[in-house]
Amino acid sequence: MAGKRGARLLRRVWSGRYLYLMFLPVFVYYMLFRYAPMVGLVIAFKDFNAFLGFSRSPWVGFKFFSQFFRSIYLWRLVRNTLLINLYDLVFNFPAAIVLALLLNEVQNRRFKKTAQTITYLPYFVSSVVIASMVVQFLSPSSGIVNHLIASLGGERQYFLTQPGAFRPIFTLMNLWKNIGWNSIIFLAAISGINGELYEACMIDGGGYLRRMWHVTLPGIAGTVVVLVIMRLGHVMDAGYETILLLQNNANLETSDVIGTYVYRRGLRGGEYSYATAVGMFQSVIGFAMVILANFLSRRYSETSLW
Amino acid sequence: MSVTEAAVRRSNRIRVSRGRKLFLAFNTAVLLLLCAAMLYPVLFVLAASFSEETAILKGEVTLLPVRVHIRAYEKVFHYPLLWKSYANTLLYTGLGTAINLVLTVFGAWSLSQKKMVGRRFLTLMCTFTMFFNGGMIPTFLVVKELKLLNTLWAILLPGAVSTYNMILMRTFFMAIPQSLVEAAELDGCNDFGVLFRIVLPLSLASLMTIGMFYAVAHWNSYFSAVLYLNRPELYPLQIILRQVVLMNEIVENASSTENVMAEGIKYATIVVAMLPMLCVYPFVQRYFVKGVMVGSVKE
Repeated sequence: MAGKRGARLLRRVWSGRYLYLMFLPVFVYYMLFRYAPMVGLVIAFKDFNAFLGFSRSPWVGFKFFSQFFRSIYLWRLVRNTLLINLYDLVFNFPAAIVLALLLNEVQNRRFKKTAQTITYLPYFVSSVVIASMVVQFLSPSSGIVNHLIASLGGERQYFLTQPGAFRPIFTLMNLWKNIGWNSIIFLAAISGINGELYEACMIDGGGYLRRMWHVTLPGIAGTVVVLVIMRLGHVMDAGYETILLLQNNANLETSDVIGTYVYRRGLRGGEYSYATAVGMFQSVIGFAMVILANFLSRRYSETSLW
Repeated sequence: MSVTEAAVRRSNRIRVSRGRKLFLAFNTAVLLLLCAAMLYPVLFVLAASFSEETAILKGEVTLLPVRVHIRAYEKVFHYPLLWKSYANTLLYTGLGTAINLVLTVFGAWSLSQKKMVGRRFLTLMCTFTMFFNGGMIPTFLVVKELKLLNTLWAILLPGAVSTYNMILMRTFFMAIPQSLVEAAELDGCNDFGVLFRIVLPLSLASLMTIGMFYAVAHWNSYFSAVLYLNRPELYPLQIILRQVVLMNEIVENASSTENVMAEGIKYATIVVAMLPMLCVYPFVQRYFVKGVMVGSVKE
């Protein structure tokens, strides 16, 4: 019996041999570049030394974790990461909804298409180009922003060295980059609303604003909830690759996030084990957040990742 | 979209109130303003790159170039690493996207076929990496151990498959009728034959969309080069831009004539780095939007 079942399984596996062959390079990729680094996380518990290698470096347990938890950086990095996400959620997220509402009201097809094309454009501009523009525009001596301030009688400011200015700058930059792109999904949600609801509202004497308030907004509420929950899964990411481009010693107080810190201490400073421990702290919290997000999503919106 | 719009349009025919007209005018004005805000930085950079240095420094440039010249571009084009980095970026984008597509299609197709035993487990193995990963340092050490540092493979391989894109593609493949696959198998096609002769010709639009996303990511990427490369002849364009504008490199080791044009050179470099993307974008934009929609349907 067992032999028969085994033979049948073998036959099924054999019939899929080309599929396995196809999957093989993908499997190798995942093992080498996704799972091997996870195994590499053990160096967070070792005092990694390049000469001794992975296996012979001595174990140190949670030394680097407690070093990080006792340092002043823990609070600073977590605060900055969370605040950057919060700013984005409070300002940029609603902005995309408003843009979708406005676009939805445009009657002229051609104007609508053009407006969409233009507002989606910045999403495809590279982070280095965007950061370069920010640096150039904010330059105290030659930037257009300071020329404007000076011509209005104000004092020229070196914004990028002011810790207080970093979050607004970064949020505004992301607004420019993402508002159009983020509006796509809301626009799709709006167009999925049943037209009869609008007609019913109109028959009841509802004007334009009333329709928006009673039909459109409730109609996209589900999408909004799902997107907010999904964001929860990413609250430990703050776009460190872009932040790194705008970071300097003077604005570190507000611009330093876990990703930039790991890069600075680990790759620039060579403290591999310590930086790995910090990165692992981020990954573990991030993973817990994804699970929480999925749980909430299943609970409140009948959509879930798994 | 059509239903709502039709309803709204019908309502307009019934009565276009003054309030409604006012709102539409306001709506158009806001959108025009927004479009201007989206375009202005790009136009300003363009204008500044053609303007004389003193005009930039004094703030005379607003929308149009002042005292037009192209000397900044001449300087940029003579920057020794520029063309090399352009070639590198083209190579990374072309070859990288090709590798991405092959692996993504292979993974997506095999994981979409019921006759592959264990596909659920393998799918889980892939999706898990979307939520948990080893992080920057362990990945760096793996790339280092594989002796890939300072080779183009360090740029191409660590991100060779985007799990999200692969799952997206798999969802798309699962919608292809099984009868089509079986018919081809009866005609003597093996799984590769089915994939290349039947499935891919049916999936050109999705392939295009996913390929575009990969290509843009390659073109815009700078961080893997920061992590894995320190030989300037391998640098991609974005790294050169970062050096010129964000790290002031050209100014530091420049002769006095270049110093006089530092700002112009920076703006010209920005233009050089973003122009290809701006030129291609209007033609390929619709594919991207389609991609977002596909993703949203799944979720």
